[in-house]
Amino acid sequence: MLRSKSLSSKIADAVLISILVAIALTCVLPLWYTLSLSFSSKTAAAAGAVALWPVEFNFNSYQQLLQDSQFFKSFWISIQRVVLGAGLNFIIVPLMAYPLSKTVKDFKGRNVLMWTLIFTMLFNGGLIPLYLTVKAYGLMNSVWALVLVGGAQTIVFNIILTINFFRNLPSSLEEAALVDGAGPWYILTKLFIPLSIPVLATVSLFSIVYHWNEFLYGLIFMTREEFYPLQTYIQQLVVSVDPSTMTEDQYKRMSELSNRTLDAAKIFIAMIPVLVVYPFLQKYFIHGITLGSVKE
Amino acid sequence: MRSKGFAKHYYAMLIPGFIWLTLFSIVPMFGIMIAFQDYNPGAGVFGSEFVGLETFRYMFELSDTVNVFFNTIFIAIMKIIGNLIVPLVFALMLNEVRYMRLKRSIQTIVYLPHFLSWVILGGVLLDIFAYGGPINQLLEAFGINPILFFGRADLFPFLVVGSDVWKEFGFNTIIYLAALTGINPALYEAAGIDGASRLRMLWHVTLPGIRTTAVLLAVLSLGNVLNAGFDQIFNLYNPLVYSTGDIIDTWVYRAGLLNLQYELATAVGLLKSVAGFILISLSYYMAYRFTNYRIF
Repeated sequence: MLRSKSLSSKIADAVLISILVAIALTCVLPLWYTLSLSFSSKTAAAAGAVALWPVEFNFNSYQQLLQDSQFFKSFWISIQRVVLGAGLNFIIVPLMAYPLSKTVKDFKGRNVLMWTLIFTMLFNGGLIPLYLTVKAYGLMNSVWALVLVGGAQTIVFNIILTINFFRNLPSSLEEAALVDGAGPWYILTKLFIPLSIPVLATVSLFSIVYHWNEFLYGLIFMTREEFYPLQTYIQQLVVSVDPSTMTEDQYKRMSELSNRTLDAAKIFIAMIPVLVVYPFLQKYFIHGITLGSVKE
Repeated sequence: MRSKGFAKHYYAMLIPGFIWLTLFSIVPMFGIMIAFQDYNPGAGVFGSEFVGLETFRYMFELSDTVNVFFNTIFIAIMKIIGNLIVPLVFALMLNEVRYMRLKRSIQTIVYLPHFLSWVILGGVLLDIFAYGGPINQLLEAFGINPILFFGRADLFPFLVVGSDVWKEFGFNTIIYLAALTGINPALYEAAGIDGASRLRMLWHVTLPGIRTTAVLLAVLSLGNVLNAGFDQIFNLYNPLVYSTGDIIDTWVYRAGLLNLQYELATAVGLLKSVAGFILISLSYYMAYRFTNYRIF
C-alpha cells in the first residue's frame, strides 16, 4: 500500500489506532478484573470496591483453593480428557482424511463414505437419545464418555479441514513416491503427515480447546461431583442457578452473597492452560484455517 | 497407475474412525424413535409402545414451545448479523494499520475470548455486570441507578448477542483478513496514481475485493438460524429471563434431563435437528451455486 504522509492521514491513523486499542482492551479488561478480584479481600469484593486493581491485596483465595481437593481432582480429569481426546483426534484425523482426499477414480467407495461422514456431522439424534446410548454402553462416570462423545461430534469438521489441506499438496509429490514403490501407509506417515503440520496443529488446537472447555457432557454423564471435569465443576459452583423459580430479590442477593474472590481465583486458574497454549499456535491456526478452506 | 490395490489399505485406515462414529453418532440417531413412543425406560427404545404423532400434537399445544422457537430464531438471527458485520468492520480497520507489530499484538489479544469457555466467560460477565459490579459503578458515576442486567428479561437477548459478538469477532476476522491480503497490491498503486484517497480505495478496491468472501459467509451462516448458542445461554440465564432467553436447547435440557419428559424433549430436539439439517444443506447448496465454493 502507498504510504501517504499528509497530516490528515496521520491524524486518521492516530484515531484509528486509538479505536482499535480501545476495542482490544475490552477483550482483556474483564479478565483482568477477575484477576484483581481474586487478589482482593472478601469484604472489598462484596462491597463492590474493586475496580482495576486488587483492594487489600492478599493470597487468601489461592490458599483456600489449595485446600479444595475436588478442584484438583477435576483439573486432573480435564487433563486426562484433553490428552486422550486430542491424542485420538491426532491419530484418527489423518487416517480418515488421507483416503477421503482421493478422487473417486482412485478410491471407488470414497463418495458414499464421505457423505456418511457429512451426515453424522449435520444430523444428530438430540440430547436424550445420546444420554440413553451412553448409559446403555455403561460409560456413565467414565472419562471415555467425555472423550468419545465430544470427539465424535467435532472430528468430522477437523477431517474436512485436513482433506482440503491434503488436496492442496502438490500431486507430483505422491506420484514420485509411487514411482519409487511407496505404499499408502508410507506415503501417509512419511510424506503427508510431516507436510501437514500447520493443519494438524490447527485441528489439535481445536481439539484441545474443545475438550478443555466443554462442560455439558460432564454434567450429563457424570452422576457424582467427584467425576466432574474442571469446567463442569466450576459451572456447578459459580454460574449455576436453581432452574425452577427465582425472584428478582433472590437473584440480586445471590449475585452479592456468593464467594466472589474464591470463584474468581478458580475461574482464573481454569483460564491459564488456554492462555498459555493459543498464542504459540497462532501462526499455525491462521495458516491452517485459511489454507484448509481454499478450494482447487 | 501403481495405486491399484490400494483400496483395501484405504478401508483399513477408515475402519477405526467409522466404528467410533457409528457407535457415538449413528447409533444414538435410532433414539429419535422415542419421539413417537410412550417411552418406558424398562422396555427401552425397541420395546416401548408406539403412539405416532401424539407427542408432537401435545408439543404444539404447549405455549412454551412457540415462545422457545421464537426466542431461538430471534437471538440466532441477531447473532448472525452481528457476527458478519462487526468482524468485517474490524478487519477493514485493522487492514489500515501499517505498524506490523501493533497489528499483530491487537490480533493476538482479540482472538483470546474465542478460546475461553462460556463457563469461564459466563462467570466473568456475571461478575462485571453484577448489581454492585464495575459496570454499575461506572453507571452510578454518571448518576444512573444500578441495573440488574442479567435479571432483566427485556435486556437479556441483547446482552447475549452483544457478548457473543464480543467473544467471536476477533476470531471471525481471520477469514476477512485472509481475503484482504489476497487483493492485488497493484490495484492500490494504480488507484494511488489516479489520485484516489484512502476512503476511495476502501470503496473501490478493498470492498469489491472481499465481496465474495462476505457473500459466502452470509450464505453459510444461514445454517445457524436455529443455533442460538446453548453453552452461552445455559451459563448466563436464570428463571427471571426465561420469557425472552429460553431457547430450544436449554428447554430440551430442562424438559428431558431435569423433568424426565423424554418423549417431549426428544420430539423438540428432533424437530430442531431436521430443520437444522435442511437449513445447512440449503446453505451449502447456495454457497456452491453463488460462489462456486464447496466445503468438502
